[in-house]
Amino acid sequence: MKQLTMFIFLFLLWMAFSFTLETANIIAGIVAALITTIIFSNRFLTSWQKLFNPVRWFWLIIYIIVFIWECIKANFDVAYRVLSPRMPIKPGIVKVHCSLKTDFARVLLANSITMTPGTITVDINNSDLYVHWIYVSSEDASIYTKKIIGRFENLLKRIFE
Amino acid sequence: MIEILLYILMGLSFLCFLRVIFGPSVADRMVAIDIFGILVVGICALLTVKTGRLFLIDIAIAWILLSFIGTITLAKYLAREKLDE
Amino acid sequence: MNSISYILFIIGAAFDLLGCLGLLRLPDVYNRLQSATKSVTLGTCSILLGLFFHYGFSAIGIKALIAIPLLFFTSTVAAHALIRSSYKAGIKLSDKTVVDHYKELKQ
Repeated sequence: MKQLTMFIFLFLLWMAFSFTLETANIIAGIVAALITTIIFSNRFLTSWQKLFNPVRWFWLIIYIIVFIWECIKANFDVAYRVLSPRMPIKPGIVKVHCSLKTDFARVLLANSITMTPGTITVDINNSDLYVHWIYVSSEDASIYTKKIIGRFENLLKRIFE
Repeated sequence: MIEILLYILMGLSFLCFLRVIFGPSVADRMVAIDIFGILVVGICALLTVKTGRLFLIDIAIAWILLSFIGTITLAKYLAREKLDE
Repeated sequence: MNSISYILFIIGAAFDLLGCLGLLRLPDVYNRLQSATKSVTLGTCSILLGLFFHYGFSAIGIKALIAIPLLFFTSTVAAHALIRSSYKAGIKLSDKTVVDHYKELKQ
């Protein structure tokens, strides 16, 4: 079942990239997807049952909307810092504790932090994220944790756990 | 219209090259090369509209992947790590 | 449809411009990476979305739509690798830096 899900996904990706319906193309796609599935299926999709839960998909859509909004805000933030003549920056690297368990959720959280206003993930050590922050507004752990990951953590928990 | 945007993007890639030439450290140069790769994807997309050739978007997708692999390799080289760590 | 795509092209080029200005102006490699990654990635994503609106659901449009998440994931992971390796290579943070918790992990 896990292999079948992965195979169908890869085959659809191939069809979208090639975008023709010739026979040779379809056969090549099947072979390529099969080889990739055989090699990599043990590493990904360890809990494939979650893929068929519509509630998780609903939260994923909410997450994407929130994320795009944060992304646009991030760019105006960067624009303000770059264009203002005094350059109001106060950079620093802070340690943020996250309570997510699965690896994939942590990766998505790190990517979200990278694309949101003024923060970029440097390293991850078990459940501690090290975040470079362009304007450190407070050095209190509880305040900056809420400020940096509070928007995403609950949504990701609903999607993946 | 598209020509003006293309000239702007080419000027921006020239700015990236300035950073590559005058960057004080190796990391600055690598950041500039990474950004240059993303700008080339935008140039390819605009050239698709300008010329109407369909294969340019394929080049853009291939360029995304190649630029990614190149950046990862350079980053591993800078940190003096093995490639499978 | 064409006017929407042209507006998206112009927005994308403007964000690219901001990113490159940040690449030139900001003081150290970490802050440059902040500005450059965010702005240039969103700018190029906007140009690709404009390509989708220009061509609709044809071969080019679908490929441009697939390229957006691809570009997003690759650029964030590349930025992450670059900032981590430049810290490991011992490049100094700028003088304005106020706090550095990552140093404790290294020791």
